[in-house]
Amino acid sequence: MTQSIWRMPRWFHQMGSPKWFYDFGGVLQPWFAVAAFVLLTWGAVWGLAFAPADYQQGNSFRIMYVHVPSAILSQSIFLGMAVAGAIGLIWKMKVAFMVARSCIAIGATFTAIALLTGAIWGKPTWGAYWVWDARLTSTLVLFFLYAGVMALNQAISDRQIAGKATAILAIVGTINIPIIKYSVEWWNTLHQSSSFTLTEKPSMPADMYLPLLLTVLGSYCLFVLVVLMRTRAQILQTQSGASWLMQHRDITGA
Amino acid sequence: MYFESLEALWNMAGHGSYVWSSYGLFVALLGINIWHARSQNLKALKQAKAFVRRNP
Amino acid sequence: MIRFMLAIIRRDLLLVARQPAEMINPLVFFVLVIALFPLGISPEASLLSQTAAGVIWVAAMLATLLSLELLFKLDHDDGSLEQLLLAPYPSWSLVLAKVFVHWLVSGLPLILISPLIATMLFLPSHAVPALMLSLLIGTPTLSLLGAIGAALVTGVRGGGMLLTLLILPLYVPVIIFGASSVAAAAQGMPIDGYMALLAAMFVFALMITPWAAGSALKL
Repeated sequence: MTQSIWRMPRWFHQMGSPKWFYDFGGVLQPWFAVAAFVLLTWGAVWGLAFAPADYQQGNSFRIMYVHVPSAILSQSIFLGMAVAGAIGLIWKMKVAFMVARSCIAIGATFTAIALLTGAIWGKPTWGAYWVWDARLTSTLVLFFLYAGVMALNQAISDRQIAGKATAILAIVGTINIPIIKYSVEWWNTLHQSSSFTLTEKPSMPADMYLPLLLTVLGSYCLFVLVVLMRTRAQILQTQSGASWLMQHRDITGA
Repeated sequence: MYFESLEALWNMAGHGSYVWSSYGLFVALLGINIWHARSQNLKALKQAKAFVRRNP
Repeated sequence: MIRFMLAIIRRDLLLVARQPAEMINPLVFFVLVIALFPLGISPEASLLSQTAAGVIWVAAMLATLLSLELLFKLDHDDGSLEQLLLAPYPSWSLVLAKVFVHWLVSGLPLILISPLIATMLFLPSHAVPALMLSLLIGTPTLSLLGAIGAALVTGVRGGGMLLTLLILPLYVPVIIFGASSVAAAAQGMPIDGYMALLAAMFVFALMITPWAAGSALKL
């Protein structure tokens, strides 16, 4: 019986069972794949070809439809990674550590996309590829946080210890993120003269805003898909001796 | 469609290179991620099958 | 438990006394890095005094990072860390004691030598008290946050570089407010807000570090 401070419902502990996660995750996977593809394609096509151009920025504002989801996901994933790590530490759930580990690469990717598309967007808007504005700078710091978690995960050879260590780092990082964001924003107001931020969201007409909603949702679905895939892969890797796996139809081909 | 022609869609009044490179990055980087996750999965499946073959 | 912590402090200080290089190195590094800036950029007083606050703070941070790796490494290598963790006292007390010694050995000398450094970079003399105060509050924060990283990479090969990568994002707020406070003082503006924020960060670090580093050490 796992030790815990709070009594958690049965489904919570059930999710921690590798077999349950593998099977249920396998069922969910194709749905999230379809959802991600449909939502992203629909949102992208709408945003690229059908939404009206912004009167200030012209057509380059369409970058928003990939930049904003990436920025949102980059932060949510780090938080999710820390939550999964915390669950793993508190309830000693192996699957939770696996989920946390699955988040690292996809989170870092979204952060990189946010940074790069932010820079590309900056060129026609501000005339420069990089400006030390608050959002871009704190995204850069977030990228370094991801890099740290990734490096720590790879440096420790024992998978159990690696899982716990990265969980601690992710938790410490997450607690620090608001502080970092606040300090960078403050630093920015001190030094920056322009008040325009890239991702400021003025009230947008629906046909500008809805594609964004689609791409954000689609990105979340894609994230869930990747986490399901990677976690199931880790389950396969680490549970090789388990009887449920050895008799599983994926292995026996039955 | 907001644009009059496919060519206008590509050009986007001069901003085409920025917009398309951004979308391209989005698709490419995420595509790599999914592909990598998939290959990791297949490799793990193969190894598990091999393990089962060795230890019936 | 206080006696446990005092014993650790005494022991670590003794170890440092036997190898004074451990104490001198960060200091020399600090001064060297500071000296490199005029060499690399320009010896012009007006330029240097503008950037002095930031340069001093970044150099202080680098010097702290340099000595952090050894915080737990030596004890880990000869097995005494495991023994200390087995003691019937909470691991956070061990962490606090060691961090305190680390600060005494690396942070305090920086604070004491900072007026000299300020002169080298043409920082206006009325900003020096702010510099010392910001370093006084800031360097313990750096030591504390750094301890988390040091604990996580104990026993990992290539830990030094990894340690830097892990901690630098956490240092960003401290650097921002530390350097800004000194820059504000140089311009004659009030620094209370900055100091309050720095103090808040110190307290925050004091709260999370012992838990995080203690758990990491036990891995």
